[in-house]
Amino acid sequence: MTLEWIFYFAAAIAFVASVKVVTGENAIHALLYLVVSLLAVAMCFYLLGAPFAAGLEVIVYAGAILVLFVFAVMMFDLQGDRQPAVFQQSWSATWLGPVALTFTLAILLTYILLNGTFDKGIEPGIVGAKQVGIALYGPYLLAVEIASFLLLAGLIAGYHFAKYSTQGEHR
Amino acid sequence: MGLIEPLFPFIEMTIIILALILIAAFLVWVERRMIGIWQDRLGPNRVGPGGVLQSIADLLKILGKDEFTPKFADRFTFLLAPFIGAITILMSFAVVPFSKTIGVSDLNIGLLFFLAMTSLAVYGVVLAGWASRNKYALLGGMRAAAQTISYEVFMGLSMMGVVLLAGSFSLRDIVEAQQQSWFITSQWLGCFVFLVAGIAESHRLPFDLPEAETELTAGFHTEYSGFKFALFFLGEYLGVTLISAMTVILFFGGYLPPGFLADTVLGEIPSMVWFTIKVLFFIMFFILLRTSLPRPRFDQLLAFGWKVMLPLSLINLLMTAILRLTGVLGGVHV
Repeated sequence: MTLEWIFYFAAAIAFVASVKVVTGENAIHALLYLVVSLLAVAMCFYLLGAPFAAGLEVIVYAGAILVLFVFAVMMFDLQGDRQPAVFQQSWSATWLGPVALTFTLAILLTYILLNGTFDKGIEPGIVGAKQVGIALYGPYLLAVEIASFLLLAGLIAGYHFAKYSTQGEHR
Repeated sequence: MGLIEPLFPFIEMTIIILALILIAAFLVWVERRMIGIWQDRLGPNRVGPGGVLQSIADLLKILGKDEFTPKFADRFTFLLAPFIGAITILMSFAVVPFSKTIGVSDLNIGLLFFLAMTSLAVYGVVLAGWASRNKYALLGGMRAAAQTISYEVFMGLSMMGVVLLAGSFSLRDIVEAQQQSWFITSQWLGCFVFLVAGIAESHRLPFDLPEAETELTAGFHTEYSGFKFALFFLGEYLGVTLISAMTVILFFGGYLPPGFLADTVLGEIPSMVWFTIKVLFFIMFFILLRTSLPRPRFDQLLAFGWKVMLPLSLINLLMTAILRLTGVLGGVHV
């Protein structure tokens, strides 16, 4: 019962954070809300009995892809037309939102870890790494291959753009 | 009894966190003293017997500093960054089995949890670099992002050989699967890749390019002082402890005594002691590396990662899988 409530809590956090992503003005702050949202979604996966998917969600999305996003925003300093000089934001409004959301997530996580309910989700069965692997290389093999093909295309395009040009200027 | 028992996990957690913070503070002195001795100097030896209390003096000094936030900084992110750095690494210790019985949580995806937390720890450095609005800090933050993402890839791959042999992501299962022989016997290549990636993840010398002081003053923490700087420092030394602990768990039998000693008197030594000795050995190894290796250039670092370490970890994974399937390498049957 409490697990269900935690699920709804995490889902609500994901929802609020996602809304803040699209309404925010500061690009980096929006990305931070997106990280919070992904963490909350990972929590939902976990509670539904898919710990492997939850772990991958954090590692791949929150840990790698969004770091690249933050990297790009930082590098090109995408701050719209505003001058990046002095930040004149009201102190409480800046930190209250994200901190409240993350803090709630932290409490939920501690509750689950300490009550030893981490092995049983809301659903009776647990989808482990083995089942995910069998599903990916069984019924969904074609989808996996198409996705990897797409990634290969991206890789080749990236190589093409970043290739050291020998024509033109000599360095 | 009934009232206190639910509190046990909390008490265990508090003790572990306090012990870790104390160890991290103590390591600062150990490092300076050991480097001194290796370089034929004395190192800090004035505060307390042999200089043991040097860290406390440092801490008092650092907490007495002005708590300064630059006017041009993004205040929320500036404040948040050091906390992310320290807390994510502390969280990773939740899945570390310290002995046969001690350990906060035996998560069935423990290894993934560790990977997730180390990948979230990047945000501490990257956001610190961005929020400082200082060109050195920004360069340091960007270097950290590129370096950590690159080295994370094969840090994960290098551990998969161990997972193949143990048949589980749970760190306690991995340790227990090494009763017969430690995984270093077959996973030495994976261990090498993991160690290199671990040094890069905790951005220690020789891979401390995000804070290379000869080029970037202090890199991502240029604008930090006082308590916030202390948190970065705490994160760095906790990171060293964490990588050492993970190396021991994955490749050197965790809290188990060496196989040939298991039936002798030495096998009776508490498992916690074995774990501590092994971890200390690797921490010393980290410190020795810091004193002996020069820092590479940034493009050399990334090229080394993608062109040498990634193929090595893939070869290791492939060979382990082949040997496992053909039955040459034993392992826990799943």
